[in-house]
Amino acid sequence: MKQVLEFEKPIVNLKEKIAELKRFTKDSEIDLSEEISTLEKRLAVLEADIYGNLKPWDRVQLARHAERPTTLDYIDKLFEDFIEFHGDRLFGDDEAIVAGIAYYKDKPVTVIGHQRGKDTKENIRRNFGMPHPEGYRKALRHMKQAEKFSRPIICFIDTKGAYPGKAAEERGQSEAIARNLMEMAGLTVPVICIVIGEGGSGGALALGVGDQIHMLENSTYSVISPEGAASILWKDSAYAQRAAETMKITAYDLKKLNVIDNIIPEPKGGAHRDLDQQAAYLDEVLEKSLQSLMQYSVDQLLEQRWEKYKQIGEYKTVQ
Amino acid sequence: MLKDFFGKRKKYASIPSEQAKADVPEGLMQKCSGCHKIYYRKEMNKNLQVCPNCGYHHPLQAWDRIDTLFDDDTFEEWDQALTTGNPLAFPGYEEKVEKDQKKTGLNEGVVTGKGTIDGQATAFAVMDSSFRMGSMGSVIGEKIARAVENARVEGIPFIIFTASGGARMQEGLLSLMQMSKTAIAIKRFSESGGLMISVMTHPTTGGVSASFASIGDYNFAEPGALIGFAGRRIIEQTIREKLPDDFQTAEFQLKHGQLDKVVNRLEMKEVLSLLLKFHQKGGNEK
Ligand SMILES: [Zn+2]
Repeated sequence: MKQVLEFEKPIVNLKEKIAELKRFTKDSEIDLSEEISTLEKRLAVLEADIYGNLKPWDRVQLARHAERPTTLDYIDKLFEDFIEFHGDRLFGDDEAIVAGIAYYKDKPVTVIGHQRGKDTKENIRRNFGMPHPEGYRKALRHMKQAEKFSRPIICFIDTKGAYPGKAAEERGQSEAIARNLMEMAGLTVPVICIVIGEGGSGGALALGVGDQIHMLENSTYSVISPEGAASILWKDSAYAQRAAETMKITAYDLKKLNVIDNIIPEPKGGAHRDLDQQAAYLDEVLEKSLQSLMQYSVDQLLEQRWEKYKQIGEYKTVQ
Repeated sequence: MLKDFFGKRKKYASIPSEQAKADVPEGLMQKCSGCHKIYYRKEMNKNLQVCPNCGYHHPLQAWDRIDTLFDDDTFEEWDQALTTGNPLAFPGYEEKVEKDQKKTGLNEGVVTGKGTIDGQATAFAVMDSSFRMGSMGSVIGEKIARAVENARVEGIPFIIFTASGGARMQEGLLSLMQMSKTAIAIKRFSESGGLMISVMTHPTTGGVSASFASIGDYNFAEPGALIGFAGRRIIEQTIREKLPDDFQTAEFQLKHGQLDKVVNRLEMKEVLSLLLKFHQKGGNEK
């Protein structure tokens, strides 16, 4: 049973009603097909209306959905022969980030991503997908290896943020993130970053400096969580809904702000409704993205990466 | 009686009496934020806003910082006219920026440029925490990236003094992206052999500590500066534990291997000058 979100309750209710009528038809041998057909038409309209007009806060709920597909789900669907490798060689292995190599359309690639758990037990093991410095350093180790062996890098972004903990600070959370930004800037292989769930601030960005940045339709990418923004702006985290709109955190907003390259569509109702379909949508964009990047020389790649980031921001000149 | 007298005398010996304070024009006196002793502002300024009693480093405004480091009349400002837009059409943002522009006399929270330190040319950026708490938006990212790029083109070092509460929330993801923009500029500069020195001053946190502040060839900090990624309150809420008083201070970061050196402001120019000398191009002999 899928977890039902507030905004989709009318759809679920109507679906239940239809199912009920169908059962009744079957059990009682009374023909209700006309009524059913009317309700199904109404359902189609309702679905188009609700799913076609998702508000930023609805998308936040979808991005955080407990059953939303994770990095490992996509690795399983999109790649072959994935081998996961562990550890940063400095301190430990952070399971909030997975990394390894795999074939994508018969070509070796390095795949790295934040990894949430799907239940409490796994979430504890993976620290709810919130990395410590060793996670970022593991990621960097793999990126450097990808560079050595000329493998493109694909990063999946899905985190509430870098873990705000004591040990994380002691081991240099800031430095680990900063180092990744700087080293990713200079990688001599194509880097593609895809936000699949929540893109939470610096902890997301530390896997997010690339040649092309894509976002799933219902994913979010933000400098601060809507709750955090609300508590700073309006001294009340209950205004999170409003903050989700003001902060412009959806794929559509960020495309307009020229921060991302592509919006990857999701199946009706969100990625968790149909993993195969979602993987297919993702595959299409990923393949095109890779193809377009493979044609560039290292110099071109680096120059374009600089040009890409150089233009992000808005300012004016006075006097 | 005597004891009272001496006690009083002692208490007021080095600091002006209440009456004297009332008689002097406002702003003449300054209370140390560390030990709360009261000094003549001029005395504190002469000591570069470092308390002569307890060594507390008071925040310096951008241009005061430049005065403490650069040879007289050598500093030339870059991109002074850049000012912020309102990319998210964020309610009240422009007014807040205007207010801080009036308050500080700056167009934004960072001053960039170049000058000489003991005759040695260097590019420079200094953040001012009195402007929107030093938060980083598009203008700060752009000015720093341009300064680093200028340093690369001119083949001179780049020194930055950071002071920031983190990202500029009102610019949303554009502010986050300034972390990557500056990091790429620094990477290009570093690849060209450029020397970068980062000096973290109070406070250097969030997106600034997690980007350019932490990737200098040398990372320094002023004594007592707050340096860290996540805020103390958030960490305490997360781990449900009270953090030690010295958590995220410069000294804490030094102890945990995150800094090369904690440098007293009174020795800063000397240390930077020596480092510039060590890295002069075309021969490193003393
Ligand atoms: Zn003092």
